[in-house]
Amino acid sequence: MSEEELKSRILELEEEVKRLRSNNVTPAREKIAQMSGEVVDSNPYSRLMALKRMGIVEDYEKIRTHTVAVVGVGGVGSVTAEMLTRCGIGKLILFDYDKVELANMNRLFFQPHQAGLSKVEAAAHTLQFINPDVTFETHNYNITTVDNFDHFMERIRCGSLTSGPVDIVLSCVDNYEARMAVNRACNELDQTWFESGVSENAVSGHIQYLIPGETACFDCAPPLVVASQIDERTLKREGVCAASLPTTMGIVAGMLVQNVLKYLLKFGQVSYYLGYNALVDFFPTMMMRPNPHCDDTWCRKRQAEYAERKASQPVEKKEEKEEEVVHEDNDWGISLVDETSGEEPSTGATAQVAGLAEGITLAYERPVPANDDSADTVQVDDTSLDDLMAQMKSI
Amino acid sequence: MICQCCSLLHTTIMVDDATRKTLSNIPLLKTKAGPRDKDAWVTRLKEEYQALIKYVQNNKDADNDWFRLESNKEGTKWFGKCWYIHELLKYEFEIEFDIPVTYPATAPEIALPELDGKTAKMYRGGRICLTDHFKPLWARNVPRFGIAHAMALGLGPWLAVEIPDMIQRGVVTYVEKKS
Repeated sequence: MSEEELKSRILELEEEVKRLRSNNVTPAREKIAQMSGEVVDSNPYSRLMALKRMGIVEDYEKIRTHTVAVVGVGGVGSVTAEMLTRCGIGKLILFDYDKVELANMNRLFFQPHQAGLSKVEAAAHTLQFINPDVTFETHNYNITTVDNFDHFMERIRCGSLTSGPVDIVLSCVDNYEARMAVNRACNELDQTWFESGVSENAVSGHIQYLIPGETACFDCAPPLVVASQIDERTLKREGVCAASLPTTMGIVAGMLVQNVLKYLLKFGQVSYYLGYNALVDFFPTMMMRPNPHCDDTWCRKRQAEYAERKASQPVEKKEEKEEEVVHEDNDWGISLVDETSGEEPSTGATAQVAGLAEGITLAYERPVPANDDSADTVQVDDTSLDDLMAQMKSI
Repeated sequence: MICQCCSLLHTTIMVDDATRKTLSNIPLLKTKAGPRDKDAWVTRLKEEYQALIKYVQNNKDADNDWFRLESNKEGTKWFGKCWYIHELLKYEFEIEFDIPVTYPATAPEIALPELDGKTAKMYRGGRICLTDHFKPLWARNVPRFGIAHAMALGLGPWLAVEIPDMIQRGVVTYVEKKS
């Protein structure tokens, strides 16, 4: 390149740097000490605080005292984190070991220029910019390994704004192993949590609210499947592991955060299980009790504690305080109809679990525990572990 | 039953006769313990090693030796090699995986890191995609299945399908082994 060409190239690059810097400015606003309900264009919380004036939420500011842990910051988790950030949540703790990839761009939230960054860092950066009032804590590791699991549990137990347990854990992971790890941690810590998921064919999803001992844990039954009501044999998986849609993931994130807000701010009813079948727009709901023979020992322990708590409580007389909604006029004759049918009798593969709603099935059946003292079972002798390791090495 | 992953309806899990025979010769395990279970985990680890030694020995006897594995002292991290013969050429790959805290309720996620990005049948980090029939089968056999079973039912069939395909597509090429 000639000197002239080099000079013009430098100018060009300087312009580009300037442009990039201007895109990447420090937070657009200062932190706000107190949420205000004042209705002015410059108040980022005015529409949220309006929920109080409208009588939906009693004390919206309370949201700033709450801490939520989001495990998995992918298609569902990132949108979940953004919604909570925009709602003014007090603190978010994000866990994910993955990096942003261009293959993620069919989903919401992340942008192409973030490819290669760790998901938790990229997310915290964007979210901090959207709402500087939120405190962020990020952990870039795999929670299922022995090395990280104890730290993960410690952050659930002591990660809140007051160094106590977080208010709720949200599982937004994409695999069974990680869900089981969250389940194990929450059973052990007696931590309430939500599970969420989108099927690998992208046309169904679900959220589930889990209170250790009180509702079924994730290990109480084989994974639940929202039946897709299409001929499953025509579903092809050649050369792919999973499909995904921004729509399904956005809807599931919306269902999840809606229920988290209801839980944290105490309004409406929190759904125990809410399914979504995109093909026919079907949303089954149900509640599942824990399995007394659950494989998870901590789940069984929490069940015993719950039973004890319940037994020691004085029998309350249930006072139906439901207020009758009376409209002054009703020219159109509109009335509310109860859509949920309660417990449906289950059949076949789902017979093992009581209370499955219509349209929900189990991924597979579990066998009745077999007697394992057969000749096929490994015979443990006195050989030490070191000897066995050496033996394996020397084959 | 409906397969957890592919949502296909199966009346039985599809395991061919050869695999069934291989499987019946691997001793089953009995201790339900994971890496956070201290003493019980040591017992489980001994069972794992015994089953693995038997399986590798069976393979050698049947002239079908195809992998070696070893672990760290705690038995939480495993590594080794597997090899696959295609048209008289031997292709070798490094194996690695961690034992998850929820083991044996969940199977180990076996990874072949050097093949990451070369096939769609793989998750990030080179973890092989074996959910189709493997996971339901594993779930039905907790705690009797161990690492040896994961190799026989998971990695073995995966290699048999994916390696010839990758060789054909030219993303895996034969490397002369240095002696």
